[in-house]
Amino acid sequence: MDADVFRTWITTAAGVIEEQRDHLTQLDAAIGDADHGINLARGFSAVVTALETAAPATPGAVLTLTGSTLISKVGGASGPLYGTAFRGAGKALGDTADVDLPGLAAALEAALAGVQRLGAAREGDKTMVDALAPATGAFSKAIAEGASDADALTALAEAAQAGAVATISMQALKGRASYLGPRSVGHEDPGAASTALILGALRDAALAGR
Amino acid sequence: MKKLINSPDTVVADALAGVAAAHPSLAVDIENKVITRASGPQAGKVGLVSGGGSGHEPLHGGFVGYGMLDAACPGEVFTSPVPDQMLAATRAVNGGAGVLHVVKNYTGDVLNFQMAAELAADEGIEVVSVVTNDDVAVQDSLYTAGRRGVGATVFVEKIAGALAEEGAGLDKVAGVAREVNERSRSFGVALSSCVVPAAGKPTFDLAESEIEMGIGIHGEPGRRRVPMATASDLAAAALDAIRADLPLSGDLLVMVNGMGGTPLLELYVVFNEVRRYLEGQGGRIARNLVGNYITSLEMQGFSVTVCQLTDALARLWDAPVDTPALRWGR
Repeated sequence: MDADVFRTWITTAAGVIEEQRDHLTQLDAAIGDADHGINLARGFSAVVTALETAAPATPGAVLTLTGSTLISKVGGASGPLYGTAFRGAGKALGDTADVDLPGLAAALEAALAGVQRLGAAREGDKTMVDALAPATGAFSKAIAEGASDADALTALAEAAQAGAVATISMQALKGRASYLGPRSVGHEDPGAASTALILGALRDAALAGR
Repeated sequence: MKKLINSPDTVVADALAGVAAAHPSLAVDIENKVITRASGPQAGKVGLVSGGGSGHEPLHGGFVGYGMLDAACPGEVFTSPVPDQMLAATRAVNGGAGVLHVVKNYTGDVLNFQMAAELAADEGIEVVSVVTNDDVAVQDSLYTAGRRGVGATVFVEKIAGALAEEGAGLDKVAGVAREVNERSRSFGVALSSCVVPAAGKPTFDLAESEIEMGIGIHGEPGRRRVPMATASDLAAAALDAIRADLPLSGDLLVMVNGMGGTPLLELYVVFNEVRRYLEGQGGRIARNLVGNYITSLEMQGFSVTVCQLTDALARLWDAPVDTPALRWGR
């Protein structure tokens, strides 16, 4: 997968987030402060502009620029967390021009590690980690078991989606939703939901680009 | 939903242009969203920077000026500012004696300020961060994001700002900021929700007869919903919650703060009930603020913040201040 595939990933993700902007914001209104969709949509729209202007040449550069733009434009907790995720993934890819699936898996592991280092969230805390961690795990496992590219990418996206849905029954232990205590149960975590959308866009872009 | 705006996308920039027009004592960088004192950095003085989402005005921009903050970074509505803004503000106020970041304990504010402090350190600017966390409505535990920073932030900015103005070093200024935070507790009550301009509808729904106890400053829900009660009962409920965590005897600094949509008439009713309650506890309101200081857009409701004063803190509270929202003694 070359830089174009990664650019397609990010622009696809930007489109899906714009489409789901109000839904994400509604999820956030239930247990947070009603701005997740608004902020991510603003950030990804800035990322699309930045990618057009700078035209980064490698997959790593595409993701690093995505991350630094999100940090500069989003604010809130999402800016540093999503930005760190993309920057971590971009750095892990180095200057490779053509990324294979194991390389992508390593980049996603780096993204997860960065998010957990910064936000100190563990699986089960009802955060974006609950989509990112199972997705990364399922993806690496599928690759190790010799799954086809399409199956591994589908495992990634489906585990992210299932992880997001699983946050519904969790009580939030990190972020603004944690203020609600038991009242946070029964709502999908907006960060997990948007993470699943972004990883779904990755599957679509990677499959289309093969 | 009716709002006095031109567009939800430009509300922060449009308001900053208004701040610039109204207050010649401030320098407003509208593009980068940084408010500083027009007089510029002062050599040898510790710089004070705070910031947070917009929608809490006058916090923080209204507290930039002599005796208080050197800079404020407003984010989008209810959204933490970004590290670039904080770094620009930190550079702008650095007079060579270091910079104090006053950060409200919200995950977004903490993460962005942390990144900004690291970037500033890379440039050789000494930064110390003090995180306020005075809201007793939130259980403080290892398993949550911890108590929110709310009303005590106003006290911290005033008192630490006064000490910085006197020429104290960064450690001392940070120390008094932590001391004020540790001696202060808050509790908020919402009678209505608020409307984030970009969302265009209320963040939560409250029945006509219901109120939310323990509300945060972003419309995030609190401890529980209860039926509406008298000002006397609500003041008592707020102070009961604070008393569980902070003795209410002795000389106190008390703020009865409006959430943005509460008539001052009602805030004074609450203040009198607060006074009555505290006197019953052997407390004396030695200093006070009644009004809108840390708001939540157009939310109706109030918060009470109590700080146990010492003579030293009272002296710093009384020290001259000259900002758009607090001004005395000069």
